[in-house]
Amino acid sequence: MRRSPKELESTHRNMGRRALLLGGVQLAFAGVLGMRMRYLQVDQADQFRLLAEENRINIRLIAPARGKLFDRNGAILAQNTPSYRVIIVPEDAGDVDLILSRLSQLIDLDSDDLERAHAEMRRSPPFLPITVADQISWEDVSKIAVNTPALPGITPEVGLTRFYPQGADFAHVIGYVGPISDYDLKRIEHPDQLLRIPRFQIGKVGLEAKEEDNLRGKAGAKRVEVNATGRVMRELDRREGQPGADLQLSVDAELQAYVQARLGVESASAVVIDCETGDLRAIASAPTFDPNLFVRGISVADYSALTENPFRPLASKSVQGTYPPGSTFKMITAMAGLAAGVIGPDDTAYCPGYMEISGRRFHCWKRAGHGHVNLQNSLKQSCDVYYYDLALKVGIDKISAMAKKFGLGIRHDLPMSAVARGLAPNRDWKARTYGKDWLIGDTANAAIGQGYMLASPLQLAVMAARLATGRSVTPRLVKTVNGVEQPTGAGETLDINENHLRLIRRAMYSVSNDRRGTAYRSRIIEDGYRMAGKTGTSQVRNITIAERRAGVIRNRDLPWERRDHALFVDFAPYDNPKFAVAVVVEHGGGGSVAAAPIARDITLQALYGGTPPLSAYPSKDRDKIKEQQERLRRENPRIDKDGKDRA
Amino acid sequence: MSYLEYTVKSVPSGLRKIAYLNWPLVLLLISVAGVGFLMLYSVAGGSFTPWAEPQMKRFGLGLVVMLLVAIVPIWFWRNIAAVAYGITIILLILVDLFGSIGMGAQRWIDLGFIRLQPSELMKVTLIMLLAAYYDWLPAKRISRPIWVFIPVMLILVPTLMVLRQPDLGTSLLLIFAGGGLMFLAGVHWAYFAAVISAGVGLVVAVFQSRGTDWQMLKNYQFRRIDTFLDPASDPLGAGYHITQSKIALGSGGWTGRGFMQGTQSRLNFLPEKHTDFIFTTLAEEFGFVGGISLLVLYVLITVFCIASALGTRDRFSSLVTLGVAMTFFLFFAVNMSMVMGLAPVVGVPLPMVSYGGSAMLVLMAGFGLVQSAHIHRPQ
Repeated sequence: MRRSPKELESTHRNMGRRALLLGGVQLAFAGVLGMRMRYLQVDQADQFRLLAEENRINIRLIAPARGKLFDRNGAILAQNTPSYRVIIVPEDAGDVDLILSRLSQLIDLDSDDLERAHAEMRRSPPFLPITVADQISWEDVSKIAVNTPALPGITPEVGLTRFYPQGADFAHVIGYVGPISDYDLKRIEHPDQLLRIPRFQIGKVGLEAKEEDNLRGKAGAKRVEVNATGRVMRELDRREGQPGADLQLSVDAELQAYVQARLGVESASAVVIDCETGDLRAIASAPTFDPNLFVRGISVADYSALTENPFRPLASKSVQGTYPPGSTFKMITAMAGLAAGVIGPDDTAYCPGYMEISGRRFHCWKRAGHGHVNLQNSLKQSCDVYYYDLALKVGIDKISAMAKKFGLGIRHDLPMSAVARGLAPNRDWKARTYGKDWLIGDTANAAIGQGYMLASPLQLAVMAARLATGRSVTPRLVKTVNGVEQPTGAGETLDINENHLRLIRRAMYSVSNDRRGTAYRSRIIEDGYRMAGKTGTSQVRNITIAERRAGVIRNRDLPWERRDHALFVDFAPYDNPKFAVAVVVEHGGGGSVAAAPIARDITLQALYGGTPPLSAYPSKDRDKIKEQQERLRRENPRIDKDGKDRA
Repeated sequence: MSYLEYTVKSVPSGLRKIAYLNWPLVLLLISVAGVGFLMLYSVAGGSFTPWAEPQMKRFGLGLVVMLLVAIVPIWFWRNIAAVAYGITIILLILVDLFGSIGMGAQRWIDLGFIRLQPSELMKVTLIMLLAAYYDWLPAKRISRPIWVFIPVMLILVPTLMVLRQPDLGTSLLLIFAGGGLMFLAGVHWAYFAAVISAGVGLVVAVFQSRGTDWQMLKNYQFRRIDTFLDPASDPLGAGYHITQSKIALGSGGWTGRGFMQGTQSRLNFLPEKHTDFIFTTLAEEFGFVGGISLLVLYVLITVFCIASALGTRDRFSSLVTLGVAMTFFLFFAVNMSMVMGLAPVVGVPLPMVSYGGSAMLVLMAGFGLVQSAHIHRPQ
């Protein structure tokens, strides 16, 4: 088709204009693209760089090793041992069901664990390891190792778990750890990120719980680069955590083992305290349990056996159990009387077997009465009437104040669970608590450690130590933290007349060394090791007038839970006190029969730093004691040293 | 102007044609392709396989195709434009009937040695046909309705067939390239004003149709629009692509994180990192400087094409050259807008850089036409 040159020229010019226009639009758009690039890459670069780093970098925690626990001689009380688990990497396993069925022919697989593993596998990418079995034995691990070629994707892994080599001996002192629960997490205000690790072990009870901050350590962290699917590509860097602090306890594991064995299956507790430093050499509560059961997760059957036992094995009776101290409290009443100046050492009171107070008869344990008794005899024979008389003269407030001076009715700060405050009542307290006036009869009851008066075995041991030293000895459980010695509990000298203390000590000596003393049968005959003590028998029921008339029912005829508590406190050696001991046997009957022999054996064991020689015992007891020593050592091989003096 | 009118003597012949190529354009194309090889090598983690090496072979093939197309006189291409268009339409029908399904869309025919994407071919043959049409049409008739209706149909028929596959990106490209060509040919302003208003109306209608029985787009296409409008609404789902792509771009900063140091691409946070999103890898590893450099190369290619088009007095040559330039511009402009969060994600590759055979071969054929027009231009 032919066209005129003029027409050609005009269309060409028109197209040129439009081409330039379109070109201009294109250039402008390219300019917009450039501006946008600048905005993203220059103006917002920092923010996007941050987002890119967040994308690729994951922080993984490295759990620190929990601090170990040692006894005062370096014996291990709690350690971290390897625990084995089996993991599967589905990607490497290929046919997961086939591999797991092969595995189940080798080792026992828990069906719950398997179900959980299957659920996890469905959720997570195939290269992430998933736990199939936890806490398996070394034997199972070797079985898997031998069969590795048939089990692709299966690997045994080593982790750390808590182990208590002393077993039941320290259950109440150390407590135990367990996997953190949602409930635990909720109670903590700013939980350490470590606690977010599934099944992370934290202290649940006892020292493990109270010293959690020391023991846990600080988490380490490693930064890893991950790709879009979460697979770890490489480790960028790592910061090692700080292991938890190692704690050395004041407790002597051998003595503790002995005390635990000596208490046996009684519902009883005992405390041995070092008079010089306040170190708790033994704090035992019986019956006990194996804390290792709780670490692994205790079975329902085992747990209900513990909770249904009437002797309450889970209760830490030595610190959380409180009992009317009974006659072991009489030293305090006497000290209050001496300090108030209302009695002298040779003043006597007449005991006809009872005392009439505001129209009510308060009986002495000895129906026939003690006749005229002075201070020493009142303690030696544990005359009740002497103390009724004394208390009425002194008044409850002074007795209560004296009790607090000796560590009763105040809470000793120990890193153990539920340390009890006990109770040293006074007028104020009764008005506040019950809104009632203090009665004179209350004073009479308090004077002999009955009524409202309550004390834990720990407090009684502290009381004995303070009587022995005249210093405000305070109990110490943690001796060193990471090798750093903690302040001792030697305490300041008490604001008390030393002569009065000497009188009381002398009287306590006569309790367990004079032929007429209530604990004469449980005496130590080795010179230089002789002990001063005091028996106590505290009622857990009121004896009715009808009962009095019919004659008091003897303890062994009563059901167990209505029998009297048997108590004994002592310190030894008398002339140079090293240890103070308190023993409480719940519903054990008379203190002189049920508690004193145990306390004597424990005291000797502590003084000799091992099994004492039979020569320390009265000759007619020796056969029986020998038999007992052999039996205990058979039952608990951890009591092994022989007569080495560590006192 | 028909070929009879060319001053034939002034046109080089035989191998001398090579010397008359638009060499700056060839060098620009090689540079851009080189950037592509570099990035494909990088996203493969420093390896020529699986992407860089095949891409280099294809580019070699593409250069050969360009040369072959270039040395054939431009009037030959004009004369077969209608035939080429017709064959492409038939291929599109064949794809519809026998084509393979890939990425949720029906796009190619597997011929054994190559996977033929007729929709890519259509980008060039449509331009050829429209250019030939306006070369033939007398200037007086250009804006008459009947003569406007014909090219509109020529554009819409393949566009609708591509949309059916469905391939939104290519459909848009065809519409814009075709419309652009009509604009350049001199169709009256009023038509464009009318179409643009109608287009706005259509967009509104499309959005209104969502969730009804006559819904016009597939759900995934709606979702792409949603996430374009607000990528943060679904950062791990549908908005993931845009979010990650912007992070990669932004973290590049001024000079980038260094060759093969881009964490976003190396750790697979980037989707489609070797195809549609390859620009983000470039921007992450070479930063603003790298990104702007590539943009400048692209703009230069467009500018050289426009200059070449203005330098010839042959109407077909001008229109084809401008059409190829516009298609090329649309490719990189849409792709870059998409990865920078300025446009919805519509599956348009970065020209000459993204991994993919058909698109590159077709573009090189298109540049072959540009070169042919350049060599055979009347002096």
